[in-house]
Amino acid sequence: MRLSLFLGFLLAGLALFAAGLSLIWTPYDVTQLAVTQKLRPPSAAHWLGTDHLGRDMFSMIMVGARTSIAVALVAVGIGMGIGVPLGLAAAADRGGWLDEIIMRANDLIFAFPSLVIAILITAALGPSAVNAIIAIGIFNIPVFARVTRGSALPIWTLDYIRAARVAGKGMARISLQHVLPNIANVLIVQATIQFSLGILAEAGLSYVGLGAQPPTPSWGRMLAEAQTMASLAPHVAIVPGLAILLTVLGLNLLGDGLRDALDPRLRGAR
Amino acid sequence: MTFAQAFALHGFTESGPEFSLAAMGHYLLRRLIALGLSLAVATAVIFGVVELVPGDPASYMLGTGAQPETLAALREQLGLNQPWPLRYASWLAGILHGDLGHSFTYKTPIAGMILERLQVSLPLALLALALAVLVAFPVGMIAAARRGRASDTMLMGASQIGVSLPNFWFAMLLVLLFAVHLRLLPAGGFPGWGQPISALKSLLLPAVALALPQAAILARVLRSALVEALGQDYIRTARAKGLTQGQALRRHALRNALIPVLTIMGMQFSFLLAGAIIIENVFYLPGLGRMIFQAINQRDLIVVQSAVLVLVAAVILVTFLVDLGYAAIDPRLRRK
Repeated sequence: MRLSLFLGFLLAGLALFAAGLSLIWTPYDVTQLAVTQKLRPPSAAHWLGTDHLGRDMFSMIMVGARTSIAVALVAVGIGMGIGVPLGLAAAADRGGWLDEIIMRANDLIFAFPSLVIAILITAALGPSAVNAIIAIGIFNIPVFARVTRGSALPIWTLDYIRAARVAGKGMARISLQHVLPNIANVLIVQATIQFSLGILAEAGLSYVGLGAQPPTPSWGRMLAEAQTMASLAPHVAIVPGLAILLTVLGLNLLGDGLRDALDPRLRGAR
Repeated sequence: MTFAQAFALHGFTESGPEFSLAAMGHYLLRRLIALGLSLAVATAVIFGVVELVPGDPASYMLGTGAQPETLAALREQLGLNQPWPLRYASWLAGILHGDLGHSFTYKTPIAGMILERLQVSLPLALLALALAVLVAFPVGMIAAARRGRASDTMLMGASQIGVSLPNFWFAMLLVLLFAVHLRLLPAGGFPGWGQPISALKSLLLPAVALALPQAAILARVLRSALVEALGQDYIRTARAKGLTQGQALRRHALRNALIPVLTIMGMQFSFLLAGAIIIENVFYLPGLGRMIFQAINQRDLIVVQSAVLVLVAAVILVTFLVDLGYAAIDPRLRRK
């Protein structure tokens, strides 16, 4: 289990580092085309080869990491920013009408096929990274609301909450000062998992042309462009897919590892 | 993977509700009302999103170069001169009569188009689910029986990779290997069910691409459900009666572990039906997802609106049936 935490930390950290580094430095300029250099296999000059327009794949993967991570991160932010307060409110009002409304609305969003609705939203608002963020973010809201409510409910039965209420603290203040810090572990783990799902979703949306638009490099679109050239130059199809796989794998391992580390009851159970 | 699946996969559940032995009828009524509400809200959401398009649907569909007369004619045909509540009502009335409208691009009834596309999407989803089950059950059972040992770690490591695999990329790799290099299977297209063998052949690679990540999810859920079941007292009793570990697992633990697994399978089926959009694009399959995708590109909003509704309704219905089945198996879930 320690190994999965370490591997997850390493892989996810690598993707974050590549994305951060690309802000100040990439081996080549990703907007610079060099058609004479197109579809070159990996070499000393181009570590991961070049694409059909002669752009350096390594640089594109770095900048693509930025796109993927930014979209997934903001989508998780939307989900947490709206979902966590809703979940806290539902837990504070447990059994009341507010709780009922919030949870039923949650069930409804869960019932929608997320990919179809995401495609519908991006199609209606026009394809862009921002609309991809909105589409993915919306489906993060019920996840966080549910997890927050589920983990907050047992906290509300504890003695120190009763003490806080006797001391005259309101529901909102208790939720923020006492409940939220005690469920932070669970939320961090869930955020890691939603982060990985967001990266997969972003890749899928860009792959069908509904995510970040050219010239912004994105892993999904690199794969879409590679599709017709995969038989000529397999590296153009393999490299972006591996980048997605390793990043998502890293985040999943990190999430599982963190959960095991933070919740001793689950140690060895999964 | 849908969020709900990920939810189940990563093991966070709500703290269990207090259960009472309320009548199944009461439960059923509650669920039916919830079902009707879900469907009603689904129509409202889809209608609302389509209303969100910049300008109005007619100018969106025709693009910027449209003649004013054409635009006016389409506005008239779509009823855009009427206020939206009236349009929403007439769309709903049409649906209730089985009339989903006519495609703007093809001028054919949308209901017929959907039925035709389902002949690809439904078999594809079923084939993928069957493959996922065939892989997941042995893997989950072996991992649970040998939990903590090297084979468990290896299988679960492999499943972690499967969960992280973008299925459209996996599909591309499958095409490279089996269609381009080995020339065993077609790289895309669908010949129609008139040629059953080649039809099945063209569904095989897409089904495998869809199935593997789903199998990984299913195997992980099955393993944790089995591990939990194996720790129960009735397993100790079964072992004390002289059953081997394997017998106890197959005869007692598996049955109890099936409940969460069936729920996930229900979700996966709806996911496979609706979520095959991208895979259908990779393989140029004339399925429902690809139809929606093409309609979006052709700006055929009438098709988009109705076809998305059919998919959402299918997902809501499957979820409803799974919920019912779940409650039938496990009486503790009939809340309140």
